Amino acid sequence: MRTPTSIHLRNIHKQFGSFIALNDVSLNIPSGQLAAILGPSGSGKTTLLRIIAGLETQNTGSLCFDTEDLTNTSPCDRHVGFVFQHYALFRHMTVLENIGFGLKVRRRKLGLSKKDIRDRALRLLTTVYLEGLENRLPQELSGGQRQRVALARALAIEPKVLLLDEPFGALDAKVRKELRRWLRIFHEQMGITTVFVTHDQDEALEIADQIVVMNHGRIEQAGAPAEVFERPASIFVEEFLGISDISQPIDRLTGPVAVPDQMEFPGALEVRA
Amino acid sequence: MSTATVTSFSNKALTARYGRAIQRDPRWLRAGLIGVALLYLAVLVLLPLVLVFTAALAKGITACWHAITDPAALDAVRLTLFISFASVSMNMVFGVAAAWAITKFQFRAKGLLITLIDLPFSVSPVVSGLIFVLLFGAQGWFGPWLQAHNVRIIFAWPAILLATTFVTFPFVARELIPLMHAQGSDEEQAAITLGASGWQTFRHVTFPNIRWGLIYALILCNARAMGEFGAVSVVSGHVRGQTETIPLHVEALYNEYSSAAAFSVASLLALFAFATLGMKVLTERHLSRNTGNRQFSTDQTFRSLE
Repeated sequence: MRTPTSIHLRNIHKQFGSFIALNDVSLNIPSGQLAAILGPSGSGKTTLLRIIAGLETQNTGSLCFDTEDLTNTSPCDRHVGFVFQHYALFRHMTVLENIGFGLKVRRRKLGLSKKDIRDRALRLLTTVYLEGLENRLPQELSGGQRQRVALARALAIEPKVLLLDEPFGALDAKVRKELRRWLRIFHEQMGITTVFVTHDQDEALEIADQIVVMNHGRIEQAGAPAEVFERPASIFVEEFLGISDISQPIDRLTGPVAVPDQMEFPGALEVRA
Repeated sequence: MSTATVTSFSNKALTARYGRAIQRDPRWLRAGLIGVALLYLAVLVLLPLVLVFTAALAKGITACWHAITDPAALDAVRLTLFISFASVSMNMVFGVAAAWAITKFQFRAKGLLITLIDLPFSVSPVVSGLIFVLLFGAQGWFGPWLQAHNVRIIFAWPAILLATTFVTFPFVARELIPLMHAQGSDEEQAAITLGASGWQTFRHVTFPNIRWGLIYALILCNARAMGEFGAVSVVSGHVRGQTETIPLHVEALYNEYSSAAAFSVASLLALFAFATLGMKVLTERHLSRNTGNRQFSTDQTFRSLE
């Protein structure tokens, strides 16, 4: 396996009209890390993620993957896996077609046959524990299943980095908890540098290697969960982390956890078409 | 199947909540409202339609057939089919481009563009025709230049095409804008991050999502294009066999007191309209099935949020 990519942001500034979304943001995410961008809504965390993907362009500042400058690279050439908050699955394509899409559009460049694509998509489907659902349409899946299809679709292109926007935001509490533990395990297996955005401090504290706390377009503090939790750099960080009900010490993930096919999806409507 | 289950569920829920109130309406009120609606339709739509066909067959079926197969009538049919096909194609390209621009990008003149798209709906067709006469006519802005270069627009088919296209261009954009707006651009963004080019994104993601809405819009656009009279009448010059569309030919026959022939050709236009209507019903059925699914998926998202 190749060495995972590291991400370097330098002095990123982004403005929408008169609203400053990101104010001089610099950040390094080391190779292979699982980083969480944490902050209240409107703090610029999603904008930062979208800039890494190239879906937004910064006004000033630069972005590198390893040593490669991506400031002027279009999003379709960045090889970034992006999982959207509401999954953005292609509604008219089956699960398998969704997963294979990134390979299909680059079929000639990659020299893949239709069968190669199908095989790879099926393998990924197994990786995210969705065997047997390849011919379903997105609307026939539960929220947690759609989430995993979106993840498989993003992973199919063998991305340099994986970006997730509020990955568990649209799921109910129980599924959310199980999926995030699974994401952590999954990240360890895949080893891809991963950045996810969340407003849930427990989520960030539980699974991330690095937590980036943002407020009003600035980074308040970036560091390991324990460091951020024990030595908050500002009153904002302290208050933001303090809001959560921490009745137990930080629950770092150890030991085996449930895999998704054994999970229950209590809020999701299972449909057999 | 899944849709049906959900529909019946929501219907049940609706009946539970509102059912009694609806059923409590007195029977005479229901019968009255339905009666008024039916009577209105019968007088304004059904009666004229029946009259068209009766008048067409007034002098027998052979006369009717002769009127339709008359060389001038056939020329009119050919011109009408060509004009509607060409204007619908042009409007398809323009409408998709405009709807795409309006719903997927932010730009300054957006409000102006949306207003301009609606313009043909608010301007009388006769005025639309006159605009082209003022632009391309002998005394118009480009008239002298066109004459010097021997290009004929007014009183020839290019003017008919321009006028028809102008009058019908809101249909496609108007139908697609709300549809594309509701769908957002998440799927397109996903496609781009997965490495798709602009064209691939359009072909594999955007187009399949708007396909049925587009077909529906094209059908409406076509119906209007075939029947357009006012704007075409101003610019055509009424040269029989050359610049007469079906509606113009009907008018010419009527003015010559050959009303049976006029109605025969008119009934042909009515038959085209029926064909269009049939296609529209089929498309609507497909659209409502798709929308049903969409509602279903929102419903599901909503549930998983609870």
